[in-house]
Amino acid sequence: MSAAPSLAVDLGGIVLPTPVMIAAGCAGTGRELAGLVDLRRVGAIVTRTITVTERVGSDVPRVAESPAGIVWETGLQNPGLDPFVSGELLRLARGGARIIVSIGGETLEEYVRMTSALQGRPEVAAIEIHLSGRDDELDRAVLGAHADRLNEIVGAVARMSLVPVFAKLPGACDDIVGLARTAVRAGATGVTLLASPPALGLEATRDRPRIGIVTGWLSGPALKPITLRAVFDVAQALPAVPVIASGGVRTGEDAVECLLAGAWAVQVGTATLTDPAAAVTVAQGIVRRLKTAGLASPAGLRGLLQPPEPVATEEDPVPAP
Amino acid sequence: MKRARAEILSTRKVGAYRSITLVAPEIAERSRPGQFLAIAMPEGRSFILRRHFSIHQASRRGGWAGTLEFVVDPSSGAGTGWLAAASAHEFLDVIGPLGRAFSYPKRLTNCLLVAEGRGAASLFFLAQELVARHKRIDMILGGRALEAVFKPIDAKRLAQTVAVMTADGSLGERGGVLDALPEAAARADAEVVYAIAPPPTLKTIAAFCRAHGLPAQVAIEERMGCGFGLCNTCVVPVARKDRSGYENLRACVDGPVFDPSRILWDRWLGEPMPAPTVEPEPATPHGGDEP
Repeated sequence: MSAAPSLAVDLGGIVLPTPVMIAAGCAGTGRELAGLVDLRRVGAIVTRTITVTERVGSDVPRVAESPAGIVWETGLQNPGLDPFVSGELLRLARGGARIIVSIGGETLEEYVRMTSALQGRPEVAAIEIHLSGRDDELDRAVLGAHADRLNEIVGAVARMSLVPVFAKLPGACDDIVGLARTAVRAGATGVTLLASPPALGLEATRDRPRIGIVTGWLSGPALKPITLRAVFDVAQALPAVPVIASGGVRTGEDAVECLLAGAWAVQVGTATLTDPAAAVTVAQGIVRRLKTAGLASPAGLRGLLQPPEPVATEEDPVPAP
Repeated sequence: MKRARAEILSTRKVGAYRSITLVAPEIAERSRPGQFLAIAMPEGRSFILRRHFSIHQASRRGGWAGTLEFVVDPSSGAGTGWLAAASAHEFLDVIGPLGRAFSYPKRLTNCLLVAEGRGAASLFFLAQELVARHKRIDMILGGRALEAVFKPIDAKRLAQTVAVMTADGSLGERGGVLDALPEAAARADAEVVYAIAPPPTLKTIAAFCRAHGLPAQVAIEERMGCGFGLCNTCVVPVARKDRSGYENLRACVDGPVFDPSRILWDRWLGEPMPAPTVEPEPATPHGGDEP
């Protein structure tokens, strides 16, 4: 056996020590995870989505649990761009993690302003574009689900940004490969697949006079097969484009499945809410698998899964016809 | 805040509740009244999120040093039901202590403690700490029936007076904790009020305290996602100190103890739902679908 495999990955200009990140909105503001996980051992953290001005966020209830995942809606609660840059960003950086800033908005101008403010900040390793905001100008539910808008926003951010830019594509759309192609042509370094799809949760508690309705987004284990399909399809069509899998990754095995399907890296979100160290244990799970397979790096797993017939592994042999 | 794999030392029935004692020295020695624990649910079940329980006892010294006790209501959902059925020597994945604790008054001495149902568990921890600081405490304990009133006998050892209220009158007086509040506050000559109860009750307690100029601290029991500040879902709308609107503070890290006079209760709880206009279904003579 050779030396322990290296987990480092290069996502088109950003080199991460492991391919496991903490997904947007699950990494706190620089204080919460202290003592629960060593952020230097996490590939990167994606910040909560930041908007130009402060958002107080939506009213409660904001979360409803289901066996398949959680339905949540925070209304993008965040302090706004300037307080974020002068406070939260610096605190997060002190924790030792590489930081990908998630930026969100409703208009092109907002995205441009945020990219401009983040330009040249040494703490920012990359930008992830949140595209699940409402598109009020065109009266559409989700900004990023339409190629014209996607092209416009990603194009503007990518032209201005000095760091790699990843477009987080919508969890519910007609043509994920088409959107990924649009994002890359517009200048995105890569894509994050997928944003949480829209969902509705009901929560009845005995303490409240009425049933709570959470009109929000689904996260958690239910998403993994959907993530795998999106990753697989996009990786097949655009093999040179860094794809980050996000949605339903909880264990090392989940992450390995994403890598086999063609992902370059994965994000761990909801699992972090239960197990704050999930991103580290997932990375350890990848190492174990690489050792078993005798591979030197996660890139060795990438895209091993090929249509039409999956490649057989020792644990899971393809039965003889 | 620590994460521990903690062994269950014992569990016992306390009225309608189940009290669980854990061995978790690192968490116990840091715990203060009002703080809580986040307990992971087992693998392979239909629960994803941790469940959250206020700390009932944390023993730092003596024969029980290093133990922690919390109380669950088996009827409050499947996840909690699983925990209520756990037995000694099983291990739990516990994160704690979490949240901001109650603060103790420096000068004021007469403390009125109000709790409804299981919430009383963490008030007992507070009561002990206040008594140790030579405060006078009085308590109001409520519940839907006798078995839902938490440890009324123990309360009498700590408090000067204890008012017990049950919805069905099976213990103490018939009524809710709010019915006992004016009289208890006067009798105790209360200077500060501490309360844990369902939010609508806390709202009324807050209004009472405001009307009587009483400082108060309430511990709220909002449904939490993670319990340590990541998910931003357990928020409470609180007026900003500079009076410029409000901000949504996380109950898990900015609370669960809040100054009730700053909570925007109507925004938080919503307007009460109008009374149903449909006639209730008559009870079936055969008692439902039991065979």
